[in-house]
Amino acid sequence: MSNHVAISPANPLYRSRKRVNVFLLAVSGLALLFGLFWLVWILATLFYEGGHALARAAFYYEMTPPPGEDGGLANAIVGSGILISAGTLLGTPIGILAGTYLAEYGRRGWLAGATRFLNDVLLSAPSIVIGLFVYSVYVAQVGHFSGFAGSLALGLIVIPVVVRTTDDMLKLVPNSLREAAVALGCPTWKMIVFISYRAARTGIVTGILLAVARISGETAPLLFTALNNQFWSVDLNKPMANLPTVIFQFAMSPYEDWHRLAWGGAALITLAVLALNIVARTLFRKKD
Amino acid sequence: MDAAFEHVTRVFAVLVFSILLAILASLVMGSRPTLERFGLGFLFSAEWDPVQEQFGAVVPIYGTLVTSLIAMAIGIPVSFGIALFLTELSPAWLKRPLGTAIELLAAIPSIIYGMWGLFVFAPLFQEHLQPALIESLGGIPVLGALFEGPPLGIGMLTAGIILSIMVIPFITAVMRDVFELVPPLLKESAYGLGATTWEVVWRVVLPYTKVGVIGGIMLGLGRALGETMAVTFVIGNAHRLAASLNAPGNSIASALANEFTEAVGDLYFSALIELGLILFLITTIVLALSKLLLMQLSKREGTRT
Repeated sequence: MSNHVAISPANPLYRSRKRVNVFLLAVSGLALLFGLFWLVWILATLFYEGGHALARAAFYYEMTPPPGEDGGLANAIVGSGILISAGTLLGTPIGILAGTYLAEYGRRGWLAGATRFLNDVLLSAPSIVIGLFVYSVYVAQVGHFSGFAGSLALGLIVIPVVVRTTDDMLKLVPNSLREAAVALGCPTWKMIVFISYRAARTGIVTGILLAVARISGETAPLLFTALNNQFWSVDLNKPMANLPTVIFQFAMSPYEDWHRLAWGGAALITLAVLALNIVARTLFRKKD
Repeated sequence: MDAAFEHVTRVFAVLVFSILLAILASLVMGSRPTLERFGLGFLFSAEWDPVQEQFGAVVPIYGTLVTSLIAMAIGIPVSFGIALFLTELSPAWLKRPLGTAIELLAAIPSIIYGMWGLFVFAPLFQEHLQPALIESLGGIPVLGALFEGPPLGIGMLTAGIILSIMVIPFITAVMRDVFELVPPLLKESAYGLGATTWEVVWRVVLPYTKVGVIGGIMLGLGRALGETMAVTFVIGNAHRLAASLNAPGNSIASALANEFTEAVGDLYFSALIELGLILFLITTIVLALSKLLLMQLSKREGTRT
């Protein structure tokens, strides 16, 4: 009959194990709520504080003002757009081609493995160090801050993201597709361009979107490269206004109206980044 | 044509391969003046005086490590809880929305965390939480020293707390991935023996995935060490060594963000670049270790199935 006692709910050991279980599972649920709590709080603050600024039309077509005056963030919005596009255009082809080598040609030899490893380290490397690097190899050499330097820094951040997703997505393409193409007499490059790329297209586009989202909010690498510009400028060879640096400058200032603009800029960036993330996710999910 | 295509892709792979090495080389070159002037002493001096041209890295290194450790102390258990909830408890239809929400925490740009931390979190923290912490923990010997001083709102503790929110999505994502690797057979055997969910997680899942979990923690640590904007806003930027976590401090990344464009003189520049070099070396080692651990886990997985 001892067997019966062991599994009876009255057994103290059984009950204490059950209590521990329920308690710790509840704690894990609380941990989840803890995470969600910050997300909701941050987003709510952003749209509460930045909503007014976003609703004003002047926000989109007036220049960044001196303290105490009314204005908008037009030059910063356009500058950010230019820097992000240039960075993406620079980083994406390099990333895709390097990723192609890793997935398609890198099955033998040490280069692919080593590159994959270094690329993963680069993926999480502090972005401020990228800024320092571009400063030393470009800004210090030509002697002035510029939009080119900013795009270069952003491009360097795009590369590892795109390499990683291209590599991962190409590896998901079934080998039977490749073998079928080659069996029909298709040269390898044609097989990659017309079979592998086509099969992995959605995944690669997702990677590019995520890379764009990542650089949209990057501030640290722009501080030493594109710097900032109070005026309208679309010349890539001059310092260029951009949202993150303007937000940094305005938020750190003591002026109320600058703070309001900074909140507006912050809300704008966050909206863009979240939208990109959600589009990338739904795009990728449709594929599954 | 075929050979050309392979060649082109290989050239770009080599380019990616060399970026990290190029960064290292340029930082070493840039910090040569201070390397020659102070040598290893740079690592052990707490002085930071641009006027007298005396530089030492102790204060920013200390601030970087302390804020990252606070972030880990909060971030690891919370991430574990979230990963546990999402892999073992959550009903299937909630998994995706909840998981996505947590991942979105990683999508929010760090400057937003910084701004929110400065304007929203720090004042509330200063008014409500910090006095309570000082009151309750400040009196305890040894430990109390960590919580001494006036509640300023900004400081190393605030920076650490905000960092912890930022690393949660990274650690959680790795933990979820490795928890999914556990063969169902192992878990079912434990459940069959009458183990509770917690016992299965603690005694079966965690030991099986230990290497990967540590890899995930290292990934989060690498992120925390190099985080710039969020910390710059709330750490207080004071070149002072203080035992108390309530005191303002400085981290390597925030020192760079604040001082680099305003630095005058070769030695000052070079000192900042050497700080960047130190940060780069620390994070690269941490991230490389993380990667190695995660690779080890997936290799083992490969041999077992």
